Amino acid sequence: MTVETLIALAACALVGIGLYALIAHPHPLRKLVGFNVLGSGVFMIFGALARRGAAAGMPADPVPQALLITAIVVAFAATAMTVALLLRLIESTGSSALATEPPSGDGDAL
Amino acid sequence: MMTTVVSLVVALLLLALALWTVVARDAFLAIAGFVAYGMLLSLVWVRLYGIDVALTEAAIGGGLTGALLLGAVARLRGTEAAAWSERSGIGLRTAAKLLSLGVTAVLMICVLALPEPAPTLAPLVADNMAATGVGNPITGVLLAFRSLDTMLEAIVLVIAVIGVWSLAPDDCWGGRPGQLHHADPDGVLAYLARLLPPIGIIFGIYLFWAGADHPGGKFQSATILAAMWMLVQMAGLADTPATANRWLRAGVVSGPLVFVAVGLLGLWTAGHFLGYPADWAKPMIIVVEVALLPTLVLVLALLMNGAPARSDRR
Repeated sequence: MTVETLIALAACALVGIGLYALIAHPHPLRKLVGFNVLGSGVFMIFGALARRGAAAGMPADPVPQALLITAIVVAFAATAMTVALLLRLIESTGSSALATEPPSGDGDAL
Repeated sequence: MMTTVVSLVVALLLLALALWTVVARDAFLAIAGFVAYGMLLSLVWVRLYGIDVALTEAAIGGGLTGALLLGAVARLRGTEAAAWSERSGIGLRTAAKLLSLGVTAVLMICVLALPEPAPTLAPLVADNMAATGVGNPITGVLLAFRSLDTMLEAIVLVIAVIGVWSLAPDDCWGGRPGQLHHADPDGVLAYLARLLPPIGIIFGIYLFWAGADHPGGKFQSATILAAMWMLVQMAGLADTPATANRWLRAGVVSGPLVFVAVGLLGLWTAGHFLGYPADWAKPMIIVVEVALLPTLVLVLALLMNGAPARSDRR
């Protein structure tokens, strides 16, 4: 088995681990960490595909690698946006609950 | 053989750290694990011959995201116990486990069934690199062959900043994010905030300029420059900027606007949007890169700062 296949298989497991945290973890911040783990697994599979595409004297296909750089930056922006939403949720309701029942707190209405 | 063993160990460590971020009871420990995970991930990128990706992962994926989450966990103390009490039932957790295992299994089957030889665009890139005038194929893809993606990404980043700012409470609209930091003026933080920025700025600009022909580029460079600015803010030597500041807002949109302008210019000179006229590719790429760098520095730092929380009205 080649190294990139090995890494791609590990990345598949990362996707599973991240997905589980996203669904089952009760705290929203931990869901966000799970989401990032899921994303990094997807990126790693893509990176392994890029490595498989080595040709023309290049050690890996540069097109997927460039898209990965874009993806990492966009994932950071999405994470920052989610953290800001989460902090605002706690500031206005005093709880990080994502329950369907809206808390009847006196948080300032947006 | 040796490298295969090392890769196997790194892969297993990565899986163990990922599991740790899920099972750790304490959110702070979970996120500390995630930061280590990000650093290990950049080793995997080196192993996959993606040096540019490894630099981006270490700077943004591990560094900035880790710092952001650590900052959030400090402010979310006290909400953890309540969250655990509303933990979903064993039934749902078992279903989630089965779903995750199923997704992993399907992905693994797909990975093992990939076509041979692998499809690749590398020869096309190699054939056309000379036309771009840059030596690093990643930069060539980002700023020439797939520049539309990079332009849209820059616009997405600006939208993210608008999204974060719009979370300001009514009375803090247009104000400054976070708390005013007070550090001991003779302390080690204030000392480092005076010592490191000159070195960091030079290194950041070097990384930016080297990106044309070697691994590096504007994203990695912008992260270092943004980190230097945040260090100065944390040491209390400069306040975070008010979001109502017109110069700040102009800086945030300037990069994408220049990029769109270069794209429209291409419509006129090269016949299609984002096209570069022959022999003018390198200067155009430099114009876009130089315009994007300050925007990226501002955007990354502003996303780290978060929503306005202090009124700026006197």
